[in-house]
Amino acid sequence: MTALGRYLRLFGVQLRASLTTSMQYRVDFLIEGAMSIWWLGWNLVPLLILYDVRHEVAGWNFPSALLVIAWFTLLRGLMEGAINPSLIGVVEKIRSGEFDYLLLKPADAQFLVSTTRFEPWKVVDMVGGLGLALAAFIMLGKPPAPGDVLVGIVLLLAAAMVLYSLWILIVSASFWVIRLDNLAYLFSAVFDAARWPIQVFRGVWRFLFTVIIPLALMTTYPAMAMLGKLEARTAIAALGGALLFAAVSRLLWRAAIRSYTSASS
Amino acid sequence: MTRVRATLRATPTMLRVGLAETVAYRVEFVIWMLTTTLPLIMLGLWTSVASEPGKQFAQFGEREFVAYYIGALIVRNLTGSWVVWQINEEIRRGMLSFRLLRPIHPFVTYAATHISSVPMRGLVALPFAVILLFSTAGDLIITDPALIGVLAASLLGAWLLTFFMLVMIGSLGLFVDKSTAVFDVYMGIFAVLSGYLIPLALLPDWAQSIARVAPFRYMLAFPVELAIGFYHARGDALRDLGVQWLWVTIVIAAALVVWRAGIRRYEAFGS
Repeated sequence: MTALGRYLRLFGVQLRASLTTSMQYRVDFLIEGAMSIWWLGWNLVPLLILYDVRHEVAGWNFPSALLVIAWFTLLRGLMEGAINPSLIGVVEKIRSGEFDYLLLKPADAQFLVSTTRFEPWKVVDMVGGLGLALAAFIMLGKPPAPGDVLVGIVLLLAAAMVLYSLWILIVSASFWVIRLDNLAYLFSAVFDAARWPIQVFRGVWRFLFTVIIPLALMTTYPAMAMLGKLEARTAIAALGGALLFAAVSRLLWRAAIRSYTSASS
Repeated sequence: MTRVRATLRATPTMLRVGLAETVAYRVEFVIWMLTTTLPLIMLGLWTSVASEPGKQFAQFGEREFVAYYIGALIVRNLTGSWVVWQINEEIRRGMLSFRLLRPIHPFVTYAATHISSVPMRGLVALPFAVILLFSTAGDLIITDPALIGVLAASLLGAWLLTFFMLVMIGSLGLFVDKSTAVFDVYMGIFAVLSGYLIPLALLPDWAQSIARVAPFRYMLAFPVELAIGFYHARGDALRDLGVQWLWVTIVIAAALVVWRAGIRRYEAFGS
């Protein structure tokens, strides 16, 4: 019975608690599901208009650009279902002092705050994303090579890790500057740019979305991998970048916890 | 009549309090305004698309896209507000009761708070306006004094239309638990039909004809298109201004109806 086993069991408990809570709001499921499908179609509007006039933009034809949107939808579903809900709550806990009780528990605080809440209904979004990917490959007329799919999935996991790390960075910052939930909204707004292939942007935008906020890594690279167009070197650099991000966020979290002096003091 | 006079007398104070609130939460305020990144993302996207050789997008070249999206960013920042969340929160926490006790109509107090945030909003939008004026897209900005007058009136109309639309959605919170969900749907329609996501001229014809009669266009695309010289005839501009103010009247009336019906229910809860 190692620490890993204990944490796995703890994860199961937290997940089950979230599921039971969500089950109480079954009507929400229908509403959220309908809304997801609505947004899925709505979000395609700019893409359809763009490709109605042009056949190719920055080397991306319609089906491959659709694949980027598919990854984007999948990743956003993951973020809104498994990453945001818990971490948005932390900010409030720090402000109210409730966070102290969490620190007292005999488990890693970062693990606990990251797993307090899941929104299982977001699975609808993720299924929608997979559906778009499927449609893209049907339009392309050739299935992806198994090796490419593997690289695509690994990169998507790396992207999820980067997203999670970015959130931990935001939460850690809120130990010093209270009320950063607005920053969370800001991030969601910027994340929206990830629905476009990075090559479509030029100059400042491309730099911003590749280096400062690694949106390119999150959706464009996995899509390119699936299309068999990603160079191995870029893939390895992307993975390295993701790991670096995770390490930095963990270090900052530890520093933040050390400087935490509770709400009342 | 005394009520109107009391309201007028209280107005300077309400505006001062609103401004003080905005200044007190300035960091949050600026971050909140920065969340309107969509026009900038679209600006980056469309300018680089337009720079590639290929068919033109309606009358839009690189310069037009720059002018349009910066204009959209400025108008959106000036007219946006968080009144939906405010009303929701006050209903949920019962703070609305205090507001109802005041001898001034809540719409006036809400409007005062949000009007007084406009100077601060203008300050944040100013750099973008400067960039627009001094970039190559600056040549598109109108110089005809009559049209500038119409533009000023259309900005006021856009503010009123947006604000009372949001107040109406917020008031729905008196009937349903989640009026923020209604707001999400609203945002989805607004984004496309107001020209926020994409200039309306690029939409297919049938969508354009819907946009022309729906209120959303008059919240954003109308003042923007006016400012960057898409209206050549003064008559057209005046006609659309008339439509805008007609919508302002309709939406204020609708908001009042929803609010009144909702307040009757709210009191029935005995809270």
